[in-house]
Amino acid sequence: MVADARSRIAGRARRDPGASSRWALRSTAFLYLGLFVLLPVAVILQRGYGSGLGNLEDALHSFGAWNAIRLTVVLAVVTAIVNGVFGTLLAYVLVRIPFPGREVVSAIVDLPFAIPTLVAGVMLVALYGPTSVVGGWFEDHGFKIIFAVPGILLALLFVTLPLVVRSVQPVLSELDREEEEAAHTLGAHGWTTFRKIVLPALRPAIVAGSLLVFARSLGEFGAIVFVAGNIPNQTLTAPVFITQLLSPGSYGQSGGPDQAAAVAGLLFGLAFIVVLLTEKLISGRLERTT
Amino acid sequence: MSEAHAQPLASGGPADRAASRGRGVRALLVGIALLYVLVLIVAPLGGIIFYGLRSGLGAITDTFSQQDVVHAFYLTFVIMLIAVAVTTVLGLAVAFVLARDRFRGKSFLSALVNLPLAVSPVVVGLMAILLFGRGGWFEPFFTAQGIRIVFALPSMVLVTIFISIPFVIREIVPLLEELGTEEEQAAWTLGASRLQTFFRITLPNIRWGLFYGMALSAARSIGEVGAVLVVSGLLQGQTETATLYILRAFDQYQPERGYIVALMLAAFSILVLIGIETFKRRSLKRAGE
Repeated sequence: MVADARSRIAGRARRDPGASSRWALRSTAFLYLGLFVLLPVAVILQRGYGSGLGNLEDALHSFGAWNAIRLTVVLAVVTAIVNGVFGTLLAYVLVRIPFPGREVVSAIVDLPFAIPTLVAGVMLVALYGPTSVVGGWFEDHGFKIIFAVPGILLALLFVTLPLVVRSVQPVLSELDREEEEAAHTLGAHGWTTFRKIVLPALRPAIVAGSLLVFARSLGEFGAIVFVAGNIPNQTLTAPVFITQLLSPGSYGQSGGPDQAAAVAGLLFGLAFIVVLLTEKLISGRLERTT
Repeated sequence: MSEAHAQPLASGGPADRAASRGRGVRALLVGIALLYVLVLIVAPLGGIIFYGLRSGLGAITDTFSQQDVVHAFYLTFVIMLIAVAVTTVLGLAVAFVLARDRFRGKSFLSALVNLPLAVSPVVVGLMAILLFGRGGWFEPFFTAQGIRIVFALPSMVLVTIFISIPFVIREIVPLLEELGTEEEQAAWTLGASRLQTFFRITLPNIRWGLFYGMALSAARSIGEVGAVLVVSGLLQGQTETATLYILRAFDQYQPERGYIVALMLAAFSILVLIGIETFKRRSLKRAGE
């Protein structure tokens, strides 16, 4: 005890010059994030909402605006649900079921993190586009994939696939299996065990992953710009709409940067609340396990 | 790993039946998961390989002899290098503060780190326009200095940095927290300087996690399109990155070239991915030791 206290005092005595380096690190961190993150966000809010809600109203009155925002939010919700389900399934398969080639599948799941989103879009057009064999077959049967909503959905599912898998996987591999085995010996079926024991433990991770998928989908541009066709009121999404506000004339819209900032602020606010919620869920999980 | 648990212990009649039914369910689950990955990722990858290579070796060498293409790859590479360097060095500082320091407002700093994840790349480009473009906050200052920010390299680097900020920090903070300060304290009491302690003790311990973060950062920088599209001004052979070249190739009905450049980027990303997987495995192994 005494030795411990003494070493701590000694440590503090030697640590004294460290105070200045701590301040240096702290100010570097604040300066860096303040300049690179806070300032750009401030300029969006000031330009978009500095004069009230007028910019947002004007932007929403331009052609196709309202539908673009609605389509973006609806597709983000659908993407979050679909990848929430399939991401959980993939994580379960990768952690719990040994099969040949599991490592390869695990690496492929990470592929969307590495592949440029625009290239993802090009890939989907190459395979499912109207001129390709697969896409042509679907088109002949009256089902349009590319330059239609299904194509946008595929693109969003592609780029966000790893988010849920990588959120659920670590929780699942750390999960204590005793409870499951107990349930099993008591006669519970696989599905019952999963629903009553595994799923509740995974729920925060699944929700956190899906929320990230939602936030990411709201802003996705690169993967969508090719596959969507960007037809106003049909396949135009909010991020593409923002770029159109910025290049007046090309689509008959002339909102300019202020209106673009208003729409951007709306999108960003929604996504940021979701990311903050996700952080809460993840840190809540950590507190419970430690 | 935990495969030993997979089989139930009893081998009676009903348990046998349950086990074989369990095997069927497992096979079904694996099948569905594989099908999903196949339709969503593997098949499109095959599609682009097919279209990229279909036009033959001649078209490929022809594409890469284009001045525009060479410059686009060069620009992408330069932007990536600067963005990774900045987000790594400054990101390390932020990670140290988040993992080791205690003060009011730390959660605010942490929120700032995660904020870029919520911002659409298009909006990031818009931010740069509003700050440095016509009528922007800093436009008078930089115009007076004769420095071009928007429609030039500086703004393209800035938006890429913004987008890559979270990756290194999010990888390093948990590692630093887990590592603790005991080894560093020991080195410190033995008379090592702060820099020595960092390079000899801390850095080797977080090395693989850091590389993983840097690889994610690099991948994101190479693939960025929305943000650079807005700020670049699309000047051919000047502010055109590889991704922007692909956009133009398809716009100008030269899909072969678009496919070839896209395939090249995809191949490069897959190399980065192999790096990511290796670093991640080493980092996990280290954490497990």
